[in-house]
Amino acid sequence: MSNAFQPVVAGSACATDAPAPATPRNVPLAGGDANPSAAALQRQFGDAVAGTSVVRGETNVVVANARLLDVVRWLHDDPSQRYEYLSDVTAVEFRDPEQPIEVVWHLRSLAYRQFLRLKVELPRGAELTVPSIWTVYASADWMERECYDMFGITFAGHPDLRRILMWEDYREGFPLRKDFPLRGRFSRSEQLRQALAANPEARYSMEELSVADAFADLPTEMRRRLRAGEKAGE
Amino acid sequence: MGLTPSPESAVSYAPVSQEGWVATKLDFLVNWARANSLWPMPFGTACCAIEFMASAASDFDLARFGMERMSFSPRQADVLICAGRVPFKLAPILRRIWQQMPQPKWAISMGACASSGGMFDNYAVVQGIDTIIPVDVYVPGCPPRPEGLIYGIMLLQEKVKKERAADKTLRNEMDPDPKSQLYIPPSLIDQISEPFGNSVHQTRSSL
Repeated sequence: MSNAFQPVVAGSACATDAPAPATPRNVPLAGGDANPSAAALQRQFGDAVAGTSVVRGETNVVVANARLLDVVRWLHDDPSQRYEYLSDVTAVEFRDPEQPIEVVWHLRSLAYRQFLRLKVELPRGAELTVPSIWTVYASADWMERECYDMFGITFAGHPDLRRILMWEDYREGFPLRKDFPLRGRFSRSEQLRQALAANPEARYSMEELSVADAFADLPTEMRRRLRAGEKAGE
Repeated sequence: MGLTPSPESAVSYAPVSQEGWVATKLDFLVNWARANSLWPMPFGTACCAIEFMASAASDFDLARFGMERMSFSPRQADVLICAGRVPFKLAPILRRIWQQMPQPKWAISMGACASSGGMFDNYAVVQGIDTIIPVDVYVPGCPPRPEGLIYGIMLLQEKVKKERAADKTLRNEMDPDPKSQLYIPPSLIDQISEPFGNSVHQTRSSL
């Protein structure tokens, strides 16, 4: 029995002719194999797909705003796609005022180990409205609220489109837009005055507190208070 | 509220003191008891709270100063330790917790963010919690080491030991202005929130 120390090298268990693992080091910045779903989308929806690109090994598909909900529903429901996990909904605004604002959806197919990024371009000067995909992914609820809060993009069809990070009567605008000054639009004293004017106990709707479901089981006294408009607390 | 007590609020133990022997000894006894049993209300919002936990753990052991009981209810707390940045959304909650604490009460602002907003000179973060509640001790650092926090606590104990029960203004609550809810003038808030350091290059009116 040899007692010589044999160092374990990462990847040594693979066959010598195995392809190099796709680490960020050897993924090209642009180009490479596109996600097959991009071609499938092109076949299925035709000119609703405005363009496809591969960046860092990830496939971006730009789709038309009007067909977005159909595209997402098909990606979610079709057995050959099965994008069942929505990782993120966000938006990008570029410093170049000519470039459109992009709304971005990150979809992941757990069954086929695929990642797909959908984009909708919203031209400047037009209304910033995209369809909500809440009917397909319930998890889009808070992500769309965050995107609305930070960028002011309206998600048509969202059941409860309110601010989520900033307080609800925040009046300074949408913080991640390029025209938003870093310190906000109001003076510090005005910001503090508006913040302190908020009632810390009136932040949550009854639905968020799950009180609405249990309303019938609540004590009479609590039901009376809730009917009177009092949310919670002392 | 600075660190230095006003001359008339310091206890004098000299025999020629204006106050009687009993009053000064009672002050001494009460202050000694209070200073050595400060119960902290931890208001930890960021990484300073990690250092605060380290201060309470065995290596640094806040229990040496009579603070072994963290009071997670403001009703039983003596000293509010605000450890971390306070966003504007949290401002009414911090104010509410401070108002829920019974007198006597003190506040420690731990770390750069709680004391001045720190590096977060942006639209979302309060530029120093002294615009919301009165602060007794500011602990600098980002985050302060546990030794720094313990030094701040010892300074607070020094302050507590110099209190004088005969001082009628000692326990005056600073009631906020009922209309604006601010307890210091808006001009002063703007003044102490003025940008400093690198951030002077950013203007409020970019458009």
